[in-house]
Amino acid sequence: MITTPLTKNVHEDRRVVLVEDYEANGGYQGARKSITQMTPSECLQVIKDSNLRGRGGAGFPTGMKWSFVPMDNVSPGHKYLVCNADEMEPGTFKDRLLMECDPHQLIEGMICGSYTIQADIAYIFLRGEYVKAAETLSQAIKECYAKGYLGRSIMGTNYSLDLYLHTSAGRYICGEETALINSLEGKRANPRAKPPFPQVSGLWGRPTIVNNVETLCNISHILDHGPEWFQELGIGEDAGTKMYGVSGNVQNPGCWELPIGTTIREILEVHAGGMLPGYSFRGLLPGGGSTDFLVEEHLDLAMDYGTIGKAGSRMGTGTMIILDDKTCPVGMVKNLIDFFAHESCGFCTPCRDGLPQTAHILQDMSSGKGETRDIETLERLVKFIGSIGNTHCALAPGAMEPLQSAMKYFPEDFERHAEGKKCNYCETD
Amino acid sequence: MPTIVIDGKEYEVPQGENILEACLGLGLDLPYFCWHPAMGSIGSCRQCAIIQYQNPEDERGKLVMGCMTPVQDGARFSITNEAASSFREFIIESLMVNHPHDCPVCAEGGECHLQDMTVMAGHRDRRYRGLKKTHRNQYLGPLIHHEMNRCITCYRCVRFYKDYAGGSDLSAMASHDHVYFGRHEDGKLESPFSGNLVEVCPTGVFTDKHLVNDYTRKWDLQSAPSICPGCSVGCNTSPGERYGKLKRVHNRYNPDINGYFLCDKGRFGATYVNSEKRIPAVGRRSKDGLFDAIDSSQALTAIAKGLSTSKVIGIGSPRASIETNFALQNLVGQQNFCTGISETETALVSACIEAIKESGAKIPSPREIERCDAILILGEDVTNTATRIALSLRQAVRNEAYNMAEGLQLQSWQDAATRNLAQDERSPLFLASPHATQLDDIAEGIFNLSPSNIAHLGYSVASLIEGKRDDAVTKTDANDYGNIAEALLKAERPLIISGTGVTDTSVVKAASSIASALVAKGKETYLSLIYQEANTLGITLLDQGQGPSLSNIFEQGENNNIQTLIIVENDLYRRAAKHKVDKLLQAADQVIVLDIMDNETCTQADIVIPASSFAECEGTLINFEGRAQRHFPVFESKHPCRPSWEWITEIGKISSNKNMLEWQCFDDINKACSESSSTLTGINEVAPDRKYRVGGRKIPRQPHRYSGRTAMIANLSVHEPKQTDDTETPLGFTMEGHSGDRPGELIPFVWAPGWNSNHSVHKLQTGSERELKGGRSVVKIESKNLIQSKQQVKSVSQNNDQDHFIAVAMYKFFGTGELSSQSPGIIELCESESIELAIEAADKLGVSNGDGVTAHGVNGTVELEVKINDSLISNCVGIIQGMPGAANINPGEGLSLTRSENWVRRSEIISSDQLGSKNV
Ligand SMILES: Cc1cc2nc3c(=O)[nH]c(=O)nc-3n(C[C@H](O)[C@H](O)[C@H](O)COP(=O)(O)O)c2cc1C
Ligand code: SF4
Ligand code: SF4
Ligand code: SF4
Ligand code: FES
Repeated sequence: MITTPLTKNVHEDRRVVLVEDYEANGGYQGARKSITQMTPSECLQVIKDSNLRGRGGAGFPTGMKWSFVPMDNVSPGHKYLVCNADEMEPGTFKDRLLMECDPHQLIEGMICGSYTIQADIAYIFLRGEYVKAAETLSQAIKECYAKGYLGRSIMGTNYSLDLYLHTSAGRYICGEETALINSLEGKRANPRAKPPFPQVSGLWGRPTIVNNVETLCNISHILDHGPEWFQELGIGEDAGTKMYGVSGNVQNPGCWELPIGTTIREILEVHAGGMLPGYSFRGLLPGGGSTDFLVEEHLDLAMDYGTIGKAGSRMGTGTMIILDDKTCPVGMVKNLIDFFAHESCGFCTPCRDGLPQTAHILQDMSSGKGETRDIETLERLVKFIGSIGNTHCALAPGAMEPLQSAMKYFPEDFERHAEGKKCNYCETD
Repeated sequence: MPTIVIDGKEYEVPQGENILEACLGLGLDLPYFCWHPAMGSIGSCRQCAIIQYQNPEDERGKLVMGCMTPVQDGARFSITNEAASSFREFIIESLMVNHPHDCPVCAEGGECHLQDMTVMAGHRDRRYRGLKKTHRNQYLGPLIHHEMNRCITCYRCVRFYKDYAGGSDLSAMASHDHVYFGRHEDGKLESPFSGNLVEVCPTGVFTDKHLVNDYTRKWDLQSAPSICPGCSVGCNTSPGERYGKLKRVHNRYNPDINGYFLCDKGRFGATYVNSEKRIPAVGRRSKDGLFDAIDSSQALTAIAKGLSTSKVIGIGSPRASIETNFALQNLVGQQNFCTGISETETALVSACIEAIKESGAKIPSPREIERCDAILILGEDVTNTATRIALSLRQAVRNEAYNMAEGLQLQSWQDAATRNLAQDERSPLFLASPHATQLDDIAEGIFNLSPSNIAHLGYSVASLIEGKRDDAVTKTDANDYGNIAEALLKAERPLIISGTGVTDTSVVKAASSIASALVAKGKETYLSLIYQEANTLGITLLDQGQGPSLSNIFEQGENNNIQTLIIVENDLYRRAAKHKVDKLLQAADQVIVLDIMDNETCTQADIVIPASSFAECEGTLINFEGRAQRHFPVFESKHPCRPSWEWITEIGKISSNKNMLEWQCFDDINKACSESSSTLTGINEVAPDRKYRVGGRKIPRQPHRYSGRTAMIANLSVHEPKQTDDTETPLGFTMEGHSGDRPGELIPFVWAPGWNSNHSVHKLQTGSERELKGGRSVVKIESKNLIQSKQQVKSVSQNNDQDHFIAVAMYKFFGTGELSSQSPGIIELCESESIELAIEAADKLGVSNGDGVTAHGVNGTVELEVKINDSLISNCVGIIQGMPGAANINPGEGLSLTRSENWVRRSEIISSDQLGSKNV
């Protein structure tokens, strides 16, 4: 039984898998099976049954998302599948590995997904800095057209699909699916209001599905091996495997495909090899820079959507950032808020003008210019910026997650800085 | 109507609104920035936050944006809830992080929505202790001043400029807290609607440059309800004055016509009122062109004496009010009163009137135009001749988007969602024109044709609608025309637009036949015909085709039949060829000119009399729909000018004119006019008369914070003079009086407690249609009353052979208007006089841009500068109307062109030099 479907083609030397090797290792079986033997609704049912949840951060059930796409022909026209490969979440590098090493896996997943929702055009929206992935993907797309996996009459059927690679100009907000759509249309990358959801009115106003790279990489395997197989890969409630990653002062930072629901401790201590000598663990952001801190007491929790959610954080992208005892949480959060403030699209007030206020206070605090009222001001900012619905999209609430949890778990650091003191670890100015 | 609960009270609200709109409609204050009543919601500012409760048990509720939340029956909300109010306060605090703290030197101060909302939201304490972001301002042309530091990033400007008005040279740039609203580089904003940024921007980023350079706060402006004299649309305006100078023009809300927006000609084209070229006094022209003031009563007596002893001709004007023209008509008698409109134009206007009567189509208001769902424009260059309508057309083509949105249960106010859904899908608009127009970007089909071929297209479409085939049409044309016919037949409210602009009566007739065909098919058909000036239709209706034509006057002059010629507000050199006008003015023994500004006709007059501008007198104008509207004096002019109707009445009285002896005031003239013919019945109901009072009080022109009444004249006297009584109108030159609900035609300016900006207009509105609470009179001349002129026009000889070019009239937004183009700011933007040639024509003549050509036509020769217009069809040349040489060429005539060998090219202007000298 295949237990690491996503990385089975990833080699130690990270060489890219070409189409022949990919085919030789079971590639394009899932696509062939679904396109030539299954109806779109049968495919959809398999994905629903598999319990696959989106790997882009929110964990939304993929089958359910796809089921919102209108399948009648009442309004004829294009439908789109878009792969979200913008991967700019701080600390996240899982999609990169998948795209650089095994581009065909993503393309095959996109072919299956497009077939399921009967999309005739698909896009990969790729982070601009992922130059190597851009090369591997464009090579792979070429190979697919040559092989008849893309283009007119795929595998001899009457299903046709065109796939385009779009390299982003490089903004974090382009990863938000509706900002991504605007950006693809050549507009400012501002998120759109929902409803209407992209599934009914997305790219160019047409039904559109946006999925994460990792999500799409799972699709062909599920269609090939069935939903039960996929369910069994997971340890807890969730199904499948997950690309987990660890960064920070650990022995062996990296990215691994593990059963979803593996505990934090196992990922941190076994796979990442524990903390570097001289550093001890203080906390971690479980799923990228926009998730709440977890601490020692949470180490034995399973890394799945439900468990991490109940602990007050989010599984996010599943790639953790570790805080050690020689890094000041105030400085760390300041770095993150600087990033988010800079990446704000500038559309809505609390984010555009609230994050810089937050960043400014954290800057003052970490450089020894903190004031006692700052804690209260930060709490106020967290309250107003940090709630979903207060802002136009999820960037700002995400940005506030590390801050609000850092204030909860590391109050002494904030208090020290608020008294105007410097700390040994924060850079001073 | 759904019932909702706000803070424990039940309200009925209009179906389909959002909760912000609903609250404002109920008179409940909820602060907002990005929402706009005409542009809908995008949810960017987050200022309109309100608590919505999920169910009857819910005590906590959820913060939602009012502008993004549809009202639903039974929904429960709270505005006052602390979670919502503290959030709203936080939003202001955040907006203020980078906003300068210098309201006292900001041009928006005192009418600033940000000031109002700051007070409303209760923000006071600033927690941020960092530096503010600053930006570099741009030079945006002579009309609009830019001060980016005041921006609160509400996105309204770009949404108006690009999305609503179709402009392309203003955008949001950069991101996070660096978003910048401006052009890619310094330069004049290109849209003819750019001035609306002044009102659309809730802060002082975009302000009226003319006002900024000679500043007065809104509360110190004296205003009156007025009508834009710029074109035949008749937008409602609110001009403001201080120190005897017209300082600025703001939009005056009229839901039928201009709604919330004006064009730049209307907004910036009125300051000619302050011009040094105003006629300074009653005077006589000496031979050397100097002006000798003379005693006005002596002059009037002399004129009156001439009236009884000689043959008198009066020439009126399509830019003067009904009352002025009526007074002149009474003074000289109908048989001696000429409208002063050229033959060609008169024939066109008659064709339009006939079209309206015959076709049975409805004449739409601009608001109704916005509801039309298939449009065909025949010849008329709407953006240049009836600019505000072009903005309405841009909304009309969005009906398809609203249809699509309905399918997804989206309301029309969900602006971003609707635009994202529809993308480039538009309701069909077809246009036929001899050259490119500024509506091409929204047209489904563009037909570049000569005027006569436009008419042909029109007739073919009419036949197709009737189900007949036109065999003379080629196959491809038949296809195209078939598409037009099909789109018009498919529409619920098809609209045909034409007018006098293309100067070919057959085009108007073709428009009429399409409209008739649609009416015959049972369609709710609209026909909109555009005229050249603010009162073209009015004076035509007054004249009823009875008076002599302009060429008849020229003939009478040639036969030495005219002793006294009275010309009122009309520069004849713009109406007919120079040699004809010269002859006429020389032939008459005595030429008397009443006008606002000095012009070529004045220079040939024996006596010149200064007339009040639209901003200094009362008058009624009839717009393209036949809608009669009143403008009121904004201020008492410091010039010795008086309304033309007043001068004329006085002359009439001295000469014991029977009718005129009884006229004591404007209302008497107006009433006499309304009684004089069935056509104009009702124009006395256009606005309340001078006796109108509310609770015994007049309506003040000055806000109640008007300051410095004594200080203004302290250099002369420290005693406050008694304010002048206004005995002519229901308005007072004071700050005291009734300022509650008033009829729409008597609202000088908008203001409400807590709402100092123009947003206060919502406090004057009621119902989902946003009618004015105080009501408003709508007087439209019914088409059955329209009287067709019986003038016979000799058709101009058309020389259509190979060597001849057909002269087509072209219009320039800045330049064609006689008075507006003399307003500071606009003067700089007026294009120079030129003849536009297609590339083929230029090649044939061996000329390029800037060279000269000599045009030989029926009126002799004219030398003009060449401007190449590659959109023109090759056998046509464009003659820009309103320019000095233009009247020497009749649109439609065949011209032979030769290269002017002795032409001196104008020296090149280096644009950077020009920029440096401008006040940024
Ligand atoms: C600010 C922001 C940035 C995001 N960036 C990414 C990203 O880089 N990649 C990604 O797959 N999803 C990103 N998302 C999530 C997407 O909006 C979307 O939920 C996701 O692509 C859906 O894919 P899934 O259903 O396969 O998880 C981002 C969301 C937000 C709010
Ligand atoms: S929360 Fe930030 S990123 Fe999202 S829409 Fe608002 S300003 Fe843009
Ligand atoms: S310039 Fe004015 S209208 Fe435009 S975003 Fe800024 S504040 Fe809003
Ligand atoms: S459209 Fe005409 S009436 Fe309206 S503002 Fe412009 S010039 Fe004035
Ligand atoms: S007015 Fe509602 S969010 Fe701006």
